[in-house]
Amino acid sequence: MLSKTVAELAGALTRKEVSARELTQAYLDRIHQLNPALNAYVTITAEQALAQADAADARRAQGNAGPLTGIPIAHKDIFCTRGVLTACGSHMLHNFIAPYDACVVERLEQAGAIMLGKTNMDEFAMGSSNETSWFGPVRNPWDQARVPGGSSGGSAAAVAASLCAMATGTDTGGSIRQPASFCGLTGLKPTYGRVSRWGMIAFASSLDQAGPLTHSAEDAALMMNAIAGTDLRDSTCLELPFEDFTAQLNQPLSGLRIGLPREHFTKDLNPAVQAILQEAIRQLELLGATFKEVTLPNNYLSVPAYYVIAPAEASANLSRFDGVRFGYRCANPANLDDLYKRSRGEGFGDEVKRRIMVGTYALSAGYYDAYYIKAQKIRRLIKQDFDLAFNEVDLILGPTSPHTAFKLGEKVSDPVTMYLEDIYTIAVNLAGLPGMSLPAGMLNGLPIGMQLVGPSLSESRLLNVAHQFQKNTDWHTQRPEV
Amino acid sequence: MALDKNDVEKIAHLARLQINDTDITEVAQRISNILGMIDQMQSVDTSAVSAMAHPFDAGQRLRADQVTERNQRDYYQTIAPATQDGLYLVPRVIE
Repeated sequence: MLSKTVAELAGALTRKEVSARELTQAYLDRIHQLNPALNAYVTITAEQALAQADAADARRAQGNAGPLTGIPIAHKDIFCTRGVLTACGSHMLHNFIAPYDACVVERLEQAGAIMLGKTNMDEFAMGSSNETSWFGPVRNPWDQARVPGGSSGGSAAAVAASLCAMATGTDTGGSIRQPASFCGLTGLKPTYGRVSRWGMIAFASSLDQAGPLTHSAEDAALMMNAIAGTDLRDSTCLELPFEDFTAQLNQPLSGLRIGLPREHFTKDLNPAVQAILQEAIRQLELLGATFKEVTLPNNYLSVPAYYVIAPAEASANLSRFDGVRFGYRCANPANLDDLYKRSRGEGFGDEVKRRIMVGTYALSAGYYDAYYIKAQKIRRLIKQDFDLAFNEVDLILGPTSPHTAFKLGEKVSDPVTMYLEDIYTIAVNLAGLPGMSLPAGMLNGLPIGMQLVGPSLSESRLLNVAHQFQKNTDWHTQRPEV
Repeated sequence: MALDKNDVEKIAHLARLQINDTDITEVAQRISNILGMIDQMQSVDTSAVSAMAHPFDAGQRLRADQVTERNQRDYYQTIAPATQDGLYLVPRVIE
């Protein structure tokens, strides 16, 4: 039962084969059993979950249930949850009981989803392996010697190991899509502004977006129906009418034009990954899609530009952690400057401090034009590449990650190598576009995803293509033996 | 661009971050490596390109200048490290 999709569980709840309380208890039991090894959750909210489950059962009995009513969910610990620890993977917030709910949390609660707890993540979402967390690394349910990806690693591991039915993630440079690829899940990063950032602890505000991590595209569509939409509390949230993301799922793919970026299919791409993508392409051709080469000539600049823009925004966003109003404060500060410097020096981990310093440097007098403005100009070139490509094709397909999940400790000592993990995903954030990863195959017992990228606001189309692919393949139905 | 110890100390001060003396060499090395990777940008001529701060070049949405939040100072201060009479306590600034 626990390995079912959200859509299947919703059916079981409707048919009264199981109650929300029974389902919630079963997930809590499994979390209790497996989380000590996987470290996917950092906080488990059992009591609150069972109370929400009873409310969901009552709501269903009254005939007011939606598709997510009674479905257990895990939230990435970057989302503020009222009265519940919200640590964002950091010692800095190890004692931060959020005073309010994030918009995403609020909307999923209104839909009747049941929060099982908060998931582990790279500290302040800065990482691609979940190894920068103050709470220790998460282990990949497919192979516990390997990372689940990051930064939404706990959420991905929790869904993959059936420790929840669905989870929230956030994606600033690939943090939903890369863990989805490493854990065999469907992960969607929506168009910038599609989902409210209110109550989501800010990393890089012009790039951050929240999205679903699920077993299937259909489940992702159900979650998007709950979380997307205008929220005036986030001034960058787009004002759009309600969209039913499930409406186009069953549309046929005939006439669909998909672009293959020349720069992603080079001799540098692992031949085994290339073979898996070719097989996925063949499958989509059978479903009516046509393929042509497109070019993203400035993609190679996306990692350098991102590592100016994201740290610059982070250095400003993280200045709020000062040891004064909430979070970690150092012991016995000698004076106010010492209070700031030691609270931040002791409260932040190495990777976060590195990025704050890179960002501070890029924004400092004398370097602002050479780094920050230069990166913003390159950001426009990257966006223009996509605009040109989408004149010719409806979507772009390529790898999500250069390889399957790597081993714990393998890359953690070299930040630049770790940054290059996101070579295929980062440009999508810089351009503000929707992108998703879905399981495309298995390599030596490990899942690997493919990435679909579309023009702004094309989430329904991406989900449609992914759903049709999943109706004709079974990669997304594979589950690890934990 | 390679950073030396003085550069790191200056940046750390601007960012209000305490970096231990024993770590400075390593921090300088790692940040220099990152800046080396970033410097790939400098090979591209962007003189005719305008900077892009927002994916859709959108401006900031403004709202009416009206009070929309109620005062929850006491509630918010329950998670503060130190407060007194509704104020946040920090070490003495003016002797």
